[in-house]
Amino acid sequence: MNVPRPSEGMSLIVRTVCGWVKGFILLYGIYIILYGHLTPGGGFSGGVIAAAAFVLILLAEGARSAEATFSRQAAASGDCLGVLAFLALALLGLLLAGTFFANFWTTDPAARFTLLSSGMIPFCNMGIGLKVCCSLYLVAVVLSGIRQLRFPQDTKGEPR
Amino acid sequence: MSETIVVLISLMIIGALVAIETPRLLYSIISVGAVGFLLSIVFLFLSAPDLAITQMAVEVITLVLLLQCTGGLASEQVSDQGSLFSRAATGTILLVLALFGASMLADFPEFGRPVIDRFADTPSGIYLREGLQQTGAANIVTAVLLDFRAYDTLGEATVLFCAVMGALSVLRRQGRRQSEGSDQEGEEVT
Repeated sequence: MNVPRPSEGMSLIVRTVCGWVKGFILLYGIYIILYGHLTPGGGFSGGVIAAAAFVLILLAEGARSAEATFSRQAAASGDCLGVLAFLALALLGLLLAGTFFANFWTTDPAARFTLLSSGMIPFCNMGIGLKVCCSLYLVAVVLSGIRQLRFPQDTKGEPR
Repeated sequence: MSETIVVLISLMIIGALVAIETPRLLYSIISVGAVGFLLSIVFLFLSAPDLAITQMAVEVITLVLLLQCTGGLASEQVSDQGSLFSRAATGTILLVLALFGASMLADFPEFGRPVIDRFADTPSGIYLREGLQQTGAANIVTAVLLDFRAYDTLGEATVLFCAVMGALSVLRRQGRRQSEGSDQEGEEVT
Protein backbone atom coordinates (compact mmCIF):
# COMPACT_ATOMS: atom_id res chain seq x y z
CA MET A 1 0.00 0.00 0.00
CA ASN A 2 1.48 3.32 -1.04
CA VAL A 3 1.47 6.04 1.54
CA PRO A 4 -0.33 9.14 0.21
CA ARG A 5 1.64 12.35 0.04
CA PRO A 6 0.72 14.72 2.86
CA SER A 7 0.84 17.80 0.64
CA GLU A 8 -2.67 17.49 -0.78
CA GLY A 9 -6.13 16.75 0.54
CA MET A 10 -6.91 16.00 4.16
CA SER A 11 -4.95 14.23 6.90
CA LEU A 12 -3.44 10.76 6.62
CA ILE A 13 -6.17 9.24 8.81
CA VAL A 14 -8.97 10.59 6.64
CA ARG A 15 -7.25 9.47 3.48
CA THR A 16 -6.62 5.95 4.78
CA VAL A 17 -10.26 5.53 5.81
CA CYS A 18 -11.33 6.99 2.46
CA GLY A 19 -9.21 4.35 0.73
CA TRP A 20 -11.03 1.63 2.65
CA VAL A 21 -14.61 2.82 2.16
CA LYS A 22 -14.64 4.37 -1.31
CA GLY A 23 -14.91 1.02 -3.07
CA PHE A 24 -17.79 -0.09 -0.87
CA ILE A 25 -19.69 3.17 -1.46
CA LEU A 26 -19.28 2.77 -5.21
CA LEU A 27 -20.35 -0.89 -4.97
CA TYR A 28 -23.45 0.07 -2.98
CA GLY A 29 -24.36 2.69 -5.59
CA ILE A 30 -23.98 0.13 -8.39
CA TYR A 31 -26.11 -2.34 -6.41
CA ILE A 32 -28.86 0.26 -5.95
CA ILE A 33 -28.81 0.97 -9.71
CA LEU A 34 -28.83 -2.68 -10.80
CA TYR A 35 -31.56 -3.78 -8.36
CA GLY A 36 -33.63 -0.62 -8.82
CA HIS A 37 -36.56 -2.51 -10.33
CA LEU A 38 -36.65 -5.07 -7.49
CA THR A 39 -35.81 -3.22 -4.27
CA PRO A 40 -36.16 0.43 -3.26
CA GLY A 41 -33.81 2.66 -5.18
CA GLY A 42 -33.19 3.19 -8.84
CA GLY A 43 -31.04 5.05 -11.31
CA PHE A 44 -31.19 8.44 -9.66
CA SER A 45 -30.50 7.47 -6.05
CA GLY A 46 -27.88 4.89 -7.02
CA GLY A 47 -26.17 7.42 -9.26
CA VAL A 48 -26.05 9.94 -6.43
CA ILE A 49 -24.48 7.35 -4.10
CA ALA A 50 -21.91 6.37 -6.73
CA ALA A 51 -21.11 10.06 -7.24
CA ALA A 52 -20.61 10.35 -3.47
CA ALA A 53 -17.73 7.85 -3.73
CA PHE A 54 -15.92 10.07 -6.25
CA VAL A 55 -16.75 13.24 -4.32
CA LEU A 56 -15.19 11.55 -1.27
CA ILE A 57 -12.00 10.99 -3.27
CA LEU A 58 -12.13 14.63 -4.40
CA LEU A 59 -12.45 15.91 -0.83
CA ALA A 60 -10.10 13.54 0.96
CA GLU A 61 -7.31 13.09 -1.57
CA GLY A 62 -7.44 16.38 -3.42
CA ALA A 63 -8.32 17.45 -6.94
CA ARG A 64 -5.26 15.88 -8.56
CA SER A 65 -6.00 12.39 -7.27
CA ALA A 66 -9.65 12.74 -8.24
CA GLU A 67 -8.64 13.82 -11.73
CA ALA A 68 -6.40 10.75 -11.96
CA THR A 69 -9.19 8.46 -10.74
CA PHE A 70 -12.04 9.85 -12.81
CA SER A 71 -11.04 12.60 -15.19
CA ARG A 72 -13.26 15.52 -16.04
CA GLN A 73 -13.26 14.47 -19.68
CA ALA A 74 -14.38 10.93 -18.83
CA ALA A 75 -17.14 12.31 -16.59
CA ALA A 76 -18.40 14.59 -19.37
CA SER A 77 -18.39 11.66 -21.80
CA GLY A 78 -20.24 9.46 -19.29
CA ASP A 79 -22.79 12.21 -18.75
CA CYS A 80 -23.59 12.42 -22.46
CA LEU A 81 -23.45 8.62 -22.88
CA GLY A 82 -26.02 8.06 -20.14
CA VAL A 83 -28.54 10.49 -21.63
CA LEU A 84 -27.97 9.11 -25.12
CA ALA A 85 -28.46 5.52 -23.91
CA PHE A 86 -31.74 6.47 -22.25
CA LEU A 87 -32.91 8.29 -25.40
CA ALA A 88 -31.79 5.38 -27.60
CA LEU A 89 -33.91 2.97 -25.54
CA ALA A 90 -36.87 5.32 -25.91
CA LEU A 91 -36.35 5.50 -29.68
CA LEU A 92 -35.96 1.70 -29.89
CA GLY A 93 -39.39 1.50 -28.30
CA LEU A 94 -40.69 3.81 -31.03
CA LEU A 95 -39.07 1.69 -33.76
CA LEU A 96 -39.91 -1.78 -32.48
CA ALA A 97 -43.23 -1.31 -30.70
CA GLY A 98 -44.59 1.84 -32.29
CA THR A 99 -44.67 4.02 -29.18
CA PHE A 100 -42.02 6.32 -27.74
CA PHE A 101 -40.77 4.68 -24.51
CA ALA A 102 -42.69 1.46 -25.18
CA ASN A 103 -41.35 -1.45 -23.12
CA PHE A 104 -40.56 -3.41 -26.27
CA TRP A 105 -38.82 -6.38 -24.70
CA THR A 106 -41.42 -8.42 -22.83
CA THR A 107 -39.86 -10.95 -20.51
CA ASP A 108 -41.22 -14.24 -19.30
CA PRO A 109 -43.66 -13.80 -16.37
CA ALA A 110 -42.01 -16.83 -14.72
CA ALA A 111 -38.77 -14.85 -14.44
CA ARG A 112 -40.41 -12.25 -12.21
CA PHE A 113 -38.36 -10.96 -9.24
CA THR A 114 -35.08 -11.83 -10.97
CA LEU A 115 -32.45 -9.42 -12.23
CA LEU A 116 -33.48 -9.58 -15.90
CA SER A 117 -37.19 -9.46 -15.37
CA SER A 118 -38.76 -6.25 -16.54
CA GLY A 119 -37.79 -5.58 -20.12
CA MET A 120 -35.85 -2.40 -20.68
CA ILE A 121 -36.37 -0.94 -17.20
CA PRO A 122 -33.00 -2.15 -15.76
CA PHE A 123 -31.18 -0.74 -18.80
CA CYS A 124 -32.93 2.62 -18.44
CA ASN A 125 -31.84 2.56 -14.79
CA MET A 126 -28.24 1.95 -15.84
CA GLY A 127 -28.31 4.86 -18.29
CA ILE A 128 -29.81 7.24 -15.74
CA GLY A 129 -27.42 6.03 -13.04
CA LEU A 130 -24.37 6.66 -15.24
CA LYS A 131 -25.70 10.09 -16.18
CA VAL A 132 -26.52 11.20 -12.63
CA CYS A 133 -23.22 9.87 -11.22
CA CYS A 134 -21.12 11.67 -13.84
CA SER A 135 -23.04 14.94 -13.73
CA LEU A 136 -23.03 15.27 -9.94
CA TYR A 137 -19.31 14.49 -9.85
CA LEU A 138 -18.74 17.13 -12.55
CA VAL A 139 -20.68 19.70 -10.53
CA ALA A 140 -18.56 18.90 -7.45
CA VAL A 141 -15.33 19.23 -9.44
CA VAL A 142 -16.40 22.54 -10.97
CA LEU A 143 -17.51 23.96 -7.63
CA SER A 144 -14.25 22.94 -5.98
CA GLY A 145 -12.65 25.09 -8.67
CA ILE A 146 -14.81 28.01 -7.46
CA ARG A 147 -13.32 27.70 -4.01
CA GLN A 148 -9.90 28.33 -5.50
CA LEU A 149 -11.30 31.42 -7.19
CA ARG A 150 -12.80 32.78 -4.00
CA PHE A 151 -10.06 31.76 -1.59
CA PRO A 152 -6.84 32.03 -3.57
CA GLN A 153 -4.80 31.83 -0.37
CA ASP A 154 -5.92 28.22 0.01
CA THR A 155 -3.98 27.21 -3.03
CA LYS A 156 -1.19 29.66 -3.62
CA GLY A 157 0.14 33.14 -3.19
CA GLU A 158 -1.19 36.15 -1.38
CA PRO A 159 -4.79 36.73 -0.37
CA ARG A 160 -6.79 39.23 -2.32
CA MET B 1 -47.51 6.96 13.79
CA SER B 2 -49.10 10.29 13.07
CA GLU B 3 -47.66 11.72 16.30
CA THR B 4 -44.16 10.65 15.25
CA ILE B 5 -44.55 12.55 12.00
CA VAL B 6 -45.83 15.61 13.84
CA VAL B 7 -42.78 15.53 16.14
CA LEU B 8 -40.40 15.11 13.18
CA ILE B 9 -42.01 17.95 11.25
CA SER B 10 -41.89 20.21 14.33
CA LEU B 11 -38.15 19.47 14.57
CA MET B 12 -37.82 20.33 10.86
CA ILE B 13 -39.54 23.68 11.41
CA ILE B 14 -37.24 24.40 14.37
CA GLY B 15 -34.24 23.54 12.21
CA ALA B 16 -35.42 25.87 9.46
CA LEU B 17 -35.88 28.72 11.95
CA VAL B 18 -32.40 28.11 13.37
CA ALA B 19 -31.00 28.19 9.82
CA ILE B 20 -32.51 31.65 9.30
CA GLU B 21 -31.60 33.16 12.65
CA THR B 22 -28.09 31.84 13.28
CA PRO B 23 -25.19 34.30 12.79
CA ARG B 24 -22.74 31.98 11.04
CA LEU B 25 -23.28 30.58 7.56
CA LEU B 26 -21.76 27.26 8.67
CA TYR B 27 -24.45 26.81 11.33
CA SER B 28 -27.16 27.61 8.77
CA ILE B 29 -25.85 24.96 6.40
CA ILE B 30 -25.73 22.36 9.17
CA SER B 31 -29.31 23.19 10.23
CA VAL B 32 -30.51 22.90 6.63
CA GLY B 33 -28.79 19.51 6.47
CA ALA B 34 -30.59 18.45 9.67
CA VAL B 35 -33.90 19.47 8.08
CA GLY B 36 -33.10 17.30 5.06
CA PHE B 37 -32.17 14.25 7.15
CA LEU B 38 -35.34 14.62 9.24
CA LEU B 39 -37.30 14.76 5.98
CA SER B 40 -35.77 11.46 4.89
CA ILE B 41 -36.85 9.90 8.21
CA VAL B 42 -40.36 11.25 7.60
CA PHE B 43 -40.32 9.54 4.19
CA LEU B 44 -39.35 6.28 5.90
CA PHE B 45 -42.29 6.55 8.30
CA LEU B 46 -44.61 7.25 5.35
CA SER B 47 -43.34 3.96 3.80
CA ALA B 48 -41.48 5.58 0.90
CA PRO B 49 -38.00 4.01 1.10
CA ASP B 50 -37.16 5.06 -2.47
CA LEU B 51 -37.61 8.70 -1.59
CA ALA B 52 -35.78 8.22 1.71
CA ILE B 53 -32.69 6.81 -0.03
CA THR B 54 -32.71 9.55 -2.66
CA GLN B 55 -33.25 12.30 -0.10
CA MET B 56 -30.44 10.99 2.12
CA ALA B 57 -27.92 10.71 -0.73
CA VAL B 58 -28.82 14.06 -2.28
CA GLU B 59 -28.67 15.68 1.16
CA VAL B 60 -25.13 14.40 1.75
CA ILE B 61 -23.91 15.68 -1.64
CA THR B 62 -25.68 19.03 -1.21
CA LEU B 63 -24.23 19.50 2.27
CA VAL B 64 -20.73 18.77 0.99
CA LEU B 65 -21.09 21.14 -1.97
CA LEU B 66 -22.54 23.94 0.17
CA LEU B 67 -19.76 23.56 2.73
CA GLN B 68 -17.17 23.52 -0.03
CA CYS B 69 -18.46 26.69 -1.67
CA THR B 70 -19.22 28.77 1.41
CA GLY B 71 -16.82 27.34 3.99
CA GLY B 72 -15.71 29.81 6.62
CA LEU B 73 -17.79 32.72 5.39
CA ALA B 74 -19.70 34.75 7.94
CA SER B 75 -23.23 35.47 6.80
CA GLU B 76 -23.86 39.13 6.19
CA GLN B 77 -25.99 40.79 8.83
CA VAL B 78 -28.97 42.39 7.16
CA SER B 79 -31.10 44.71 9.19
CA ASP B 80 -34.63 44.20 7.96
CA GLN B 81 -36.09 47.41 9.30
CA GLY B 82 -38.18 48.05 6.23
CA SER B 83 -40.60 50.91 5.90
CA LEU B 84 -43.91 50.79 7.74
CA PHE B 85 -45.76 50.31 4.45
CA SER B 86 -43.71 47.26 3.38
CA ARG B 87 -44.12 45.62 6.78
CA ALA B 88 -47.87 46.26 6.73
CA ALA B 89 -48.11 44.84 3.20
CA THR B 90 -46.18 41.72 4.22
CA GLY B 91 -48.41 41.23 7.24
CA THR B 92 -51.58 41.66 5.18
CA ILE B 93 -50.45 39.16 2.55
CA LEU B 94 -49.51 36.61 5.25
CA LEU B 95 -52.87 37.11 6.97
CA VAL B 96 -54.81 36.61 3.72
CA LEU B 97 -52.80 33.47 2.92
CA ALA B 98 -53.40 32.09 6.41
CA LEU B 99 -57.15 32.75 6.10
CA PHE B 100 -57.31 30.97 2.75
CA GLY B 101 -55.27 28.06 4.15
CA ALA B 102 -57.51 27.75 7.19
CA SER B 103 -60.63 27.70 5.03
CA MET B 104 -59.06 25.01 2.81
CA LEU B 105 -58.16 22.78 5.78
CA ALA B 106 -61.82 21.81 6.24
CA ASP B 107 -61.98 20.38 2.72
CA PHE B 108 -58.80 18.30 2.95
CA PRO B 109 -59.16 14.56 2.50
CA GLU B 110 -58.26 12.32 5.42
CA PHE B 111 -54.52 11.85 5.97
CA GLY B 112 -53.16 8.98 3.90
CA ARG B 113 -56.31 8.63 1.75
CA PRO B 114 -55.77 10.67 -1.41
CA VAL B 115 -58.77 12.30 -3.03
CA ILE B 116 -58.08 10.31 -6.21
CA ASP B 117 -59.19 7.13 -4.36
CA ARG B 118 -62.80 8.36 -4.45
CA PHE B 119 -63.08 7.55 -8.14
CA ALA B 120 -63.10 4.05 -9.60
CA ASP B 121 -60.67 3.92 -12.52
CA THR B 122 -57.97 6.44 -11.83
CA PRO B 123 -54.53 6.02 -13.43
CA SER B 124 -52.84 5.59 -10.04
CA GLY B 125 -55.18 2.77 -9.09
CA ILE B 126 -54.55 1.04 -12.41
CA TYR B 127 -50.77 1.42 -11.97
CA LEU B 128 -50.94 -0.15 -8.51
CA ARG B 129 -53.19 -3.00 -9.56
CA GLU B 130 -51.59 -3.94 -12.87
CA GLY B 131 -48.05 -2.59 -12.56
CA LEU B 132 -46.43 -5.94 -11.83
CA GLN B 133 -48.32 -7.78 -14.59
CA GLN B 134 -47.69 -5.13 -17.23
CA THR B 135 -44.05 -4.27 -16.57
CA GLY B 136 -42.64 -7.17 -14.54
CA ALA B 137 -40.88 -4.76 -12.19
CA ALA B 138 -41.34 -5.68 -8.53
CA ASN B 139 -40.62 -2.11 -7.40
CA ILE B 140 -43.75 -0.21 -8.39
CA VAL B 141 -42.00 3.15 -8.06
CA THR B 142 -39.47 2.20 -10.72
CA ALA B 143 -42.25 0.76 -12.87
CA VAL B 144 -44.07 4.10 -12.78
CA LEU B 145 -40.91 6.18 -13.26
CA LEU B 146 -39.46 4.23 -16.18
CA ASP B 147 -42.49 2.71 -17.87
CA PHE B 148 -45.80 4.47 -17.25
CA ARG B 149 -44.29 7.91 -16.72
CA ALA B 150 -41.00 7.62 -18.60
CA TYR B 151 -41.58 11.00 -20.25
CA ASP B 152 -41.27 12.65 -16.83
CA THR B 153 -37.99 10.86 -16.22
CA LEU B 154 -36.71 11.98 -19.61
CA GLY B 155 -37.62 15.54 -18.72
CA GLU B 156 -35.84 15.24 -15.39
CA ALA B 157 -32.73 13.85 -17.07
CA THR B 158 -32.86 16.72 -19.57
CA VAL B 159 -33.12 19.30 -16.79
CA LEU B 160 -30.14 17.78 -14.97
CA PHE B 161 -28.15 17.62 -18.22
CA CYS B 162 -28.85 21.27 -19.04
CA ALA B 163 -28.02 22.35 -15.48
CA VAL B 164 -24.64 20.60 -15.60
CA MET B 165 -23.85 21.96 -19.06
CA GLY B 166 -24.76 25.46 -17.87
CA ALA B 167 -22.61 25.14 -14.74
CA LEU B 168 -19.68 23.82 -16.77
CA SER B 169 -19.85 26.61 -19.34
CA VAL B 170 -20.35 29.42 -16.81
CA LEU B 171 -17.61 28.23 -14.44
CA ARG B 172 -15.02 27.09 -16.99
CA ARG B 173 -11.55 28.52 -16.67
CA GLN B 174 -10.35 28.51 -20.25
CA GLY B 175 -12.64 31.19 -21.64
CA ARG B 176 -12.17 33.46 -18.66
CA ARG B 177 -8.44 33.38 -19.01
CA GLN B 178 -8.45 33.99 -22.76
CA SER B 179 -10.86 36.91 -22.53
CA GLU B 180 -8.65 38.61 -19.97
CA GLY B 181 -5.60 38.10 -22.12
CA SER B 182 -3.42 36.73 -19.32
CA ASP B 183 -2.07 33.23 -19.35
CA GLN B 184 -0.81 33.01 -15.78
CA GLU B 185 -2.00 30.02 -13.80
CA GLY B 186 -4.50 30.83 -11.06
CA GLU B 187 -4.86 34.49 -12.03
CA GLU B 188 -8.63 34.47 -12.46
CA VAL B 189 -10.37 37.38 -10.78
CA THR B 190 -13.90 37.04 -9.53
